[in-house]
Amino acid sequence: MSLSRKEIEKVSHLARLQLSDPELDAMTAQLANVVEYMETLSGLNTDDVEPLAHASDISNVLADDILKPSLSREEALANAPKRDAECYRVPAVLGD
Amino acid sequence: MSLIESTAAQLHRQLTSGNVTSVEVTQSFLDHIQQHDEHYSAFISLNVEAALAQAEDIDRRRASGKPVGALGGLPVAVKDVICTKGQTTTCGSKMLRDFVPPYDATVVCKLKQADGVLLGKTNMDEFAMGSSTENSAFGVTHNPWDRTCVPGGSSGGAAACVAARMAPLSVGTDTGGSIRQPAAFCGVTGMKPTYGRVSRFGLVAFASSLDQIGPIAQTAEDAALLLQALAGHDPNDSTSSSKPVPDFLRAINQPLVGLKIGVIREHFGEGLDDEVAAAVREAVHTYQALGATVSDISLPHNQYAIATYYVIAPSEASSNLARYDGVHYGFRANEAEILETLKQERDTATATNQEATGKELDSELIRMYQRTRSEGFGSEVQRRIMLGVYALSEGYASKYYLKALKVRRLIRQDFDKAFEKVDLIVGPTSPTPAYPIGDKIADPLSMYLGDLYTVSANLAGIAGISIPCGFSKTGLPIGLQLQAPAFEEERLLQAAHMFQQQTDWHTKRPSLKN
Repeated sequence: MSLSRKEIEKVSHLARLQLSDPELDAMTAQLANVVEYMETLSGLNTDDVEPLAHASDISNVLADDILKPSLSREEALANAPKRDAECYRVPAVLGD
Repeated sequence: MSLIESTAAQLHRQLTSGNVTSVEVTQSFLDHIQQHDEHYSAFISLNVEAALAQAEDIDRRRASGKPVGALGGLPVAVKDVICTKGQTTTCGSKMLRDFVPPYDATVVCKLKQADGVLLGKTNMDEFAMGSSTENSAFGVTHNPWDRTCVPGGSSGGAAACVAARMAPLSVGTDTGGSIRQPAAFCGVTGMKPTYGRVSRFGLVAFASSLDQIGPIAQTAEDAALLLQALAGHDPNDSTSSSKPVPDFLRAINQPLVGLKIGVIREHFGEGLDDEVAAAVREAVHTYQALGATVSDISLPHNQYAIATYYVIAPSEASSNLARYDGVHYGFRANEAEILETLKQERDTATATNQEATGKELDSELIRMYQRTRSEGFGSEVQRRIMLGVYALSEGYASKYYLKALKVRRLIRQDFDKAFEKVDLIVGPTSPTPAYPIGDKIADPLSMYLGDLYTVSANLAGIAGISIPCGFSKTGLPIGLQLQAPAFEEERLLQAAHMFQQQTDWHTKRPSLKN
């Protein structure tokens, strides 16, 4: 099954990307190509195979619940594109 | 021999014996960079003053008999995806063009503690996504062997700067081959350690279950020196291993007796360049001459590695890169323009009574996210985010993501079985030598297929190294990949060193043209 432009539009919204019409066309063609290649996986029987999310044999690393110094507010805000003395600033979230 | 032509080990001996100062060494490399890098773009930013100050401090300590760290004042280049406190860390992206980290990555702390002098930050594919370093917001890095060719990627700047003698040691990252493939393309030695061997704290995440930091250098001995400084457990990275770190430099001089190497049948199939195949076969003969026994092995699921990787890596990336929202740090699109456009769209909607049709308009915040991400990310990063979101989206997650995780286990089991029979797996690093800039950039799938031999080590979490093993007729380097079981970096370095004692491919250097 090939990817439709409509699906790509939906995915771009989920990904919080705004694509122009020519960009949507190009993205649809390129991703359709890649997704078709991924279809090779569906030919393989994996019924009794446990998924492997990472190759490490470490699990549940716990740390003591101890208060430690962290970034100061000034350091945390230093790279913000828009801020005031105490907070990050964003466009209005709620309506008027 | 001039300072910049020396290996890190040679420079280290000269520094330790006091024949040369760290300031002299650092200045030679900085001069060489300033003379040539405008034609290669290996570096995104340089650290001139801080590097010289660090070198001076090391020299002062050495002169007064105080302790000096294991790197002894050797200059080190760092890929620009690793956080350096107070110095921009761009990830090759417009999104982080002005990002100044408030802390050092663990590997950067370790380099400083070991008295490595931080020369500057190297160019890369944006967020480490790519195999050619053409996807950088700061320009394409050129291959020092042929300026019209790519250096490989994503650690293209990191490998090119070692080949071009702009740094004796260089730190890269490898998610699907991003250290080994550029090392092969640039004729240098590059290692992807086992997942967990080196802390990822402060490494800007691309695919967290695959990313690993590793050394790039001229020789296996130099790589051992750098890996020693980088490796070890870190409480700030819960995936870093607490296994003890061996003494790599001591190990390297002990040749491997009774070495059993495996050659993967599937690696010599369709798509492998003839000259690469011939150079790799010749390298296998070199090992035989050194006493190794060679057997044919099979990794039956290797043919699924690329498809598996290009589901898993973009899925993890789409989640990791959700943090770039124009709020906490990095680029934000022009807010006044966004609000103005949105107002116009609303007016039009009201005038044509679109609201009644149920068509919903974005909120200001959503639109700000969208514009910021569309303008801040380059096209390959957007493609991978889209691919990941698609593979994880409702209705497709079990078909793609879950399926890929299952195949990942089969790929891992292939390696486990193979390593019951052999100590090392030997083969090509990349199907071809470096290709011309622009050749594959318009066809993402063809670029992805070039990662055929490298991605499986990341999926399986094992260690791999690329070392030079020949040249094409047109004078481009060819890389030999050695792969070992998890936490067997020692074995890789020993085997690579054995090879480099018998061959001189790793000593060849390009003549830079201005």
